[in-house]
Amino acid sequence: MARTLLKRILQAIGVMLGVALILFIMLRIVPGNPVETLMGEHANQATVDRMTAELGLDQPILVQFFRYIGDAFRGEFGTSYSLGKPVSQLMAAAFGNTLKLTVAAVLFAWCLGIFCGVFAALRKDGIPDRLFMGFSLLGVSVPVFMVAMLLQYLFGYVLHWLPISGTDSWKGYILPAIALGWNSAGSIARLVRSTLLDVLQEDYIDTARAKGLGQMGVIWRHALRNTMLPVLTMMAMQFSGLLSGAVITETVFSINGIGRLAVQAISGRDIPLLQGTTLFATMVVIFGNLLADCLYSVLDPRIRKEAE
Amino acid sequence: MNRKKKIDQIVRTAGLESQIGEAQTFGTMMRRMVRENKLAVISFGVIILFVLAAVFAPLLTPYTYDEMDLANRLAPPSAAHLLGTDEGGRDVFTRLLYGARVSLLIGIVPTLLSMAIGAALGILAGFAGGKTDTVIMRIADVMLAFPSILLAMVLMYMLGDGLINIFLTLSIVNWASVARVVRAETLRLKELEYVEAARVTGVSRSKILLRHILPNCIPTLIVLFTLNVPSSILTESGLSFLGLGVQPPAASWGLMVNQGRQYLYTAPWLSFAPCVAIMLTVLAFNFLGDGLRDVMDPHLQK
Repeated sequence: MARTLLKRILQAIGVMLGVALILFIMLRIVPGNPVETLMGEHANQATVDRMTAELGLDQPILVQFFRYIGDAFRGEFGTSYSLGKPVSQLMAAAFGNTLKLTVAAVLFAWCLGIFCGVFAALRKDGIPDRLFMGFSLLGVSVPVFMVAMLLQYLFGYVLHWLPISGTDSWKGYILPAIALGWNSAGSIARLVRSTLLDVLQEDYIDTARAKGLGQMGVIWRHALRNTMLPVLTMMAMQFSGLLSGAVITETVFSINGIGRLAVQAISGRDIPLLQGTTLFATMVVIFGNLLADCLYSVLDPRIRKEAE
Repeated sequence: MNRKKKIDQIVRTAGLESQIGEAQTFGTMMRRMVRENKLAVISFGVIILFVLAAVFAPLLTPYTYDEMDLANRLAPPSAAHLLGTDEGGRDVFTRLLYGARVSLLIGIVPTLLSMAIGAALGILAGFAGGKTDTVIMRIADVMLAFPSILLAMVLMYMLGDGLINIFLTLSIVNWASVARVVRAETLRLKELEYVEAARVTGVSRSKILLRHILPNCIPTLIVLFTLNVPSSILTESGLSFLGLGVQPPAASWGLMVNQGRQYLYTAPWLSFAPCVAIMLTVLAFNFLGDGLRDVMDPHLQK
């Protein structure tokens, strides 16, 4: 068990280093000297040279790479060109918002997905089943920005129930969370339905029924518990998609999160900010996947046994 | 026919009927899909309809996609303008038809490219094993770790604007997942008896790859293609929505949504018409992909 985990952790560290390397290479071959872009056309050569030295861009590329890895380990990502503040400081402020948005979206996706999945499984092939499953396919196929804008239009503009943008109060997170969680809710519903239908065939369900447990007791106490593992794995797999969606959701609802920071970095031609946000978001994905793997083997005794 | 008879005879004498079952030619698979999955057939029809609409766009509309009519700005849908007009008085329906050209092209071309790269690397990794396998699959792991839209954003930043660069970006974003699936399929095929038999009888490695492994990956590849087209369309629409993909005056559906967003409350049709077009296309490809998977590739799970 410990050995599998150790192997998995080492693997994750390898992927993290690979991500850092690829990102570094991609942003280093962008045409043009970033300092010139930064200072505008009128800067004289001496100033450009001094800036270049200050940013360490005159060092050999390998030195630059190791310095960047070392800095990243200490949580330093350089100074944003366009906003003039340390990238780490900007990201620390933004991460809280992205985290709140993502957690709210996951909660929404779990609640709606599990409810629809269970309901559909219980009425297999009935009208609710078909309705929910058709709806969930629609959920998977709708672009995030469409759900976001529809919600904005309907609940913000037409009905005036909820704020259209901004996160001054917790209400500001409701629409963004629904928009972001929508896709996941669809796939969770499909997964819960199919897993539940499998689990309900198992012997221990018959045993529970034979003991006189009612339908709801069987579902909640025995069946649903065993459908949670695949749902957990799928959530982990979708985590990176969720962050992709967060980039768009944050833009639509003007939430100052990591994703919006990355979009701002592009329009400001701000390499440290782009590098920092992308690296950080990817690290969070890798870490999340690692955590899900660990949780999975802790929660499922069969996998624990196998590993031992 | 003679060859088929011979094969039947061999199968009978070797008692292999039960293992082979019904012969799965392309025709029988398609007939099965038509029989069992009406939704996939309808979806195929929708896709064909969209492709035709994109190709014959000039014949379907009296307007051109950049023709301004400032007297008729932000007009709601009417008989003259089926889906209304935008802030420059341009016909939204016309722009939707022309946008279909860009969006469908972006769905199909990068998917083909990424399939070619992914299939080649996946087969190589699965067949060669050892160090080659490790290197290719670790690179794939790294690419898959990035949230796709952030990777695409960095790539677009690196490569600059332009349709070709969007093709390249989406291919680089998508190849890794194809490689992973094709590698798994190759590993499975490699262990089958007929490949073993070919190897034992001294057939060369390249011939085994080309004659025995690759053709058997084709069903998987067709299914992957159908399912990757919508994901390319979605990624591009996301990029263009953020203003980082297709640039004006060219129009893709994602860009149209982006441009219409500032008129969301006064002229909602500007954004929602292309949204619905994206949704219908993605939905149609997903239904068709599901249908194809059911008849072609029982190994490939969702």
